[in-house]
Amino acid sequence: MTLLKKTGYFLGIPLLLLAAWTVYTSTATNFFIPEPAKLMDRFFKIWFSERFVSDVLPSLSRLLAGLGLSIVIGIAVGAVIGYVRWIRWLFEPLFEFIRAIPSTILIPVLLLLIGINDSMKITLIVFSCVWPILLNTVAGVTSIDEVLQNTAKVIGLTKFDRMRYLVLPAASPQIMAGIRQSLAVALILMVVSEMFASTDGIGHWTINFQNRVAIAEMWSGILLLGIIGVTLSVVFQWFQKRILAWYEGLKEKEND
Amino acid sequence: MANPAISASPAARRYSLWLKTGPAALGTLGFLGFLGLWQMVSTFGIVDPRHMPPPAAVFERFAANFAYTDFWVATGHTLRAWLLGVLISTAAGLVVGVIIGSSRVLVRATHSTIEFLRPIPAVALIPIAALLFGPRIGSELMIIIYACFWIILIQVLYGIADLDKVALDTARTLRMDFPQRVRYVIFPTLLPFLMTGLRLAATVALILAISVELIVGTPGLGQEVAFAQINGSAPAIYALIITSGLLGIAINSLMRFVERKTLFWHESVRGGKAA
Repeated sequence: MTLLKKTGYFLGIPLLLLAAWTVYTSTATNFFIPEPAKLMDRFFKIWFSERFVSDVLPSLSRLLAGLGLSIVIGIAVGAVIGYVRWIRWLFEPLFEFIRAIPSTILIPVLLLLIGINDSMKITLIVFSCVWPILLNTVAGVTSIDEVLQNTAKVIGLTKFDRMRYLVLPAASPQIMAGIRQSLAVALILMVVSEMFASTDGIGHWTINFQNRVAIAEMWSGILLLGIIGVTLSVVFQWFQKRILAWYEGLKEKEND
Repeated sequence: MANPAISASPAARRYSLWLKTGPAALGTLGFLGFLGLWQMVSTFGIVDPRHMPPPAAVFERFAANFAYTDFWVATGHTLRAWLLGVLISTAAGLVVGVIIGSSRVLVRATHSTIEFLRPIPAVALIPIAALLFGPRIGSELMIIIYACFWIILIQVLYGIADLDKVALDTARTLRMDFPQRVRYVIFPTLLPFLMTGLRLAATVALILAISVELIVGTPGLGQEVAFAQINGSAPAIYALIITSGLLGIAINSLMRFVERKTLFWHESVRGGKAA
C-alpha cells in the first residue's frame, strides 16, 4: 500500500467529520454544538493557563498514582495468591464478591471514611483497578506449565529466582491484559470522583461548566478527557509491544 | 486422585477429601474472617461507628430494604437502564460491525476514527447527557450506549476478521445463498466474540448506570445512595453497596449462563474450561 493511500485511509473520515462540523456550525446555530474555532480557543485558554497547574496536573497525578499503586499491589498480591493454593482458596470467593461491586457506588462511603481529598480519590481508583490486575495475575500464575515449575525446582532456583525468572515472565501476557482493562477503569473513576466530590480537577470543572451552561467550555473539558484517554491507550500499547515482544514472536512462530 | 481399585492410604484419602472440601471451607472462612474484622473495627472504635456501622446494623438494614417499595422501584430503574442500554448497543454494534466488516475498504477507512473515539471515557460525556436529557433515563442510556457500542463493535470486527476463507468458499461452492451463509458460517464464527463483548458490556453498563444516577440524579440505586449520604445514614449506604455487589454477581452469572447455553458447541465450553 502506498503512503498516500495509507494517509488517505487514516485521515479520510476524521477530516470529513471535521468539515461537516465546520460547515454545520457556520450555517446553522445549534445551542449545544460550539464552532470548532471557538472550542479550540477555549480549550487552550482554559486548560493551558493557571488551570494546568491547579487542575490538570492534580487530576493526572491522582490517575497515575492510583494506577501505579494498583499495578504494584495487584501483581504482588496476585503472585502470592496464585502461587499458594490455600491462600487462593481463602480469598477467591471474597474477592469475587468485592470485585462485582460497581465501584462508583463506593464514593459516598469513602467520603465518610476519608473525606474530600486526594487520598480518597486515589483509594477509589486503587480499589477498583486492582481487581483486573490481581485476578489476571492469579490466572496467569496458576496456568504455568507444571514441567517448567518442576524444572525450575530441580535446577535449584530459589523461591525468589523462580518468581523473577519463571512466574512473573510466564504470567506477563495476562498481567498486561489486566493492566489494559484497568486503564479505562482508572480514567472513569478519576472523572466520576471529581464530578461527584471535588473542588479541583478536570472532571470538577467540566461538570461546573455544565451547571453554568457554558457549552464551549464544557466541551473543552470533554475534549481534554478524550485526549487523555487516547494518549493513555497509545502509550500503553507502545509499552506492551516492548515488554511482550518475546511473546508476540513466540506466537508468530507457533502459527507458522 | 483417589482410585477405589487401589486401596488408598489414609494420607492420600485425607488429601483427596481436602481437595474436595477445601475450597468451599476456606472460602467460607474468608468471608467469616472479613465479617469478624469488620465487627472488630467497629466494636473497638478504630473507625467512628457513625462512619462504619457494625455488620449487624448493615445486614438489618439490608433485609429491611426488601420490604420497601422505593427500594424495588429504584432497583427496577437501574435494571431497566442496564437492560435497554445493553440491548440497544448490542443491536447497533452488531449491525454497524457487520456493515463495516463486510468491506475491506470500510475497515481500513474507519480504523483511525474508531481507535480515536473508543478510548474516550464515556463518563466524560455525562455533562452533555445531563444537559440534553436532564435527570431521566435518556442520560443513562446515552452514556451506557456510548461505552458499550464500541466494546461490541470491536468484538464483531474481530470476529469477522477471524472468518475462515476456506469455509466461506466452501459455502459458496455448495451454492448457499446469503441468508444461509450468514446462518451457517458467519454467525457461528461471530458468536463467541460477540459473547465476550456482551459479558464485558454487561459489567460496564451496570457501573455506568449507577455512576450517572449518582451524579445526575436519575432515579435508581445510585440516587438512593446519594440520598442516604445526604441523610447521613451510614447503614443504608453500606446496605446498598452490598445490594449492588449482589446485583453485579447476578449479572455476571447470568451472562455466563447465556454464554454456556449459546456456545454449548464451542471448544471453550466443551473443553470444560469455562471462559
